[in-house]
Amino acid sequence: MSYSYYLILSSILFTIGVSGVLLRRNLIVIFMSIELMLNSVNLALVAISKYLHHVDGQIFVFFIITVAAAEAAVGLAIVIALYRHKETTNIDEINLLKG
Amino acid sequence: MAMVYQTTIWQITIWLLSAICVVCALSVILQKNPVVSAIHLVGCFFALAGLFLMLHAPFLAAAQIIVYAGAIMVLFIFVIMLLNLKKDPERFSAARLFRLPRIALLSLLLFSFLISIFATAFPFASYSRADTGRSVGDVATLLFTKYLFPFELASLLLLIAMIGGIVMAKKRLP
Repeated sequence: MSYSYYLILSSILFTIGVSGVLLRRNLIVIFMSIELMLNSVNLALVAISKYLHHVDGQIFVFFIITVAAAEAAVGLAIVIALYRHKETTNIDEINLLKG
Repeated sequence: MAMVYQTTIWQITIWLLSAICVVCALSVILQKNPVVSAIHLVGCFFALAGLFLMLHAPFLAAAQIIVYAGAIMVLFIFVIMLLNLKKDPERFSAARLFRLPRIALLSLLLFSFLISIFATAFPFASYSRADTGRSVGDVATLLFTKYLFPFELASLLLLIAMIGGIVMAKKRLP
C-alpha cells in the first residue's frame, strides 16, 4: 500500500501542474508548473525503482533533473528574448502567429 | 531492522512531507505574485527531497536540493527580477477561465481513475528485510558502467544548453 501512496501523490502533483499550465497566463508560472510535472514523474520513478529493487530508476531521475536544468535555462532565455520584443509575459497577448 | 519502516513516526513523516508538497504545489498555481510562487515551489522541492530520502535515495535527495532548489529556482527568480514582474491580480487567463469547471471535473475523474488503479497496484509489496537502501556507491557504479554513454551525452547537452541560453538572451547590437 505504501508504494501506491507515492504514485497517488505523484498523480496529484502532476494534475496540479497540468492545471497550472492550463489556467495561468503568466509565462514564468507556466514554466514552474512544467517543472512541477517533471518532479512528479521523478517521484513516481523513485518509488517504482524501490519497489523493483533496481537502481536504474534513480539513474533515470538523475538524467531527468539534468535535462530539466538545460530546458529551464533555454526556456527562460527564450522568455527574456520574447519580453525584450513584446514587453509582456501574458501568453494571451503573444499571438503573432494567430491566423 | 525492517520494523522501523512500519512505525507511526515513519508514516507521520511521509504524510507530513506529502501534505507540505501538495499545499506548496497548490500555492504555486494560485498565487498572485510570481516570486511567492517560486518560493513555494522551492518548498515543494524540499518536501520532495525528503520523500526521496524516505524512499532510500540519498543521492537523489541531495541532487534535487542542489540542482533543482539551488540552481534552477535561483535562475527562475533571477529572471523574474530581471523582467520586473509585479503582482498580477487578474492572474488567471481570462480567455481560459471559463474552462475551469470542465477542467476541475476532468481532473477529479482523472484522480478517481488513477487512485483506483494505484491503490490495487502492489498487492504483495512490502519492505523486505534485505533491502536496507541504495547508497551513493550503488548509483555511481551503475552510472559509470551501464549508463556511461548517456552520462557523457548529458554533459554535451548541458554545454549546448549553456551556449543556446547565452545566444538567445543577449542583447542584439544595433
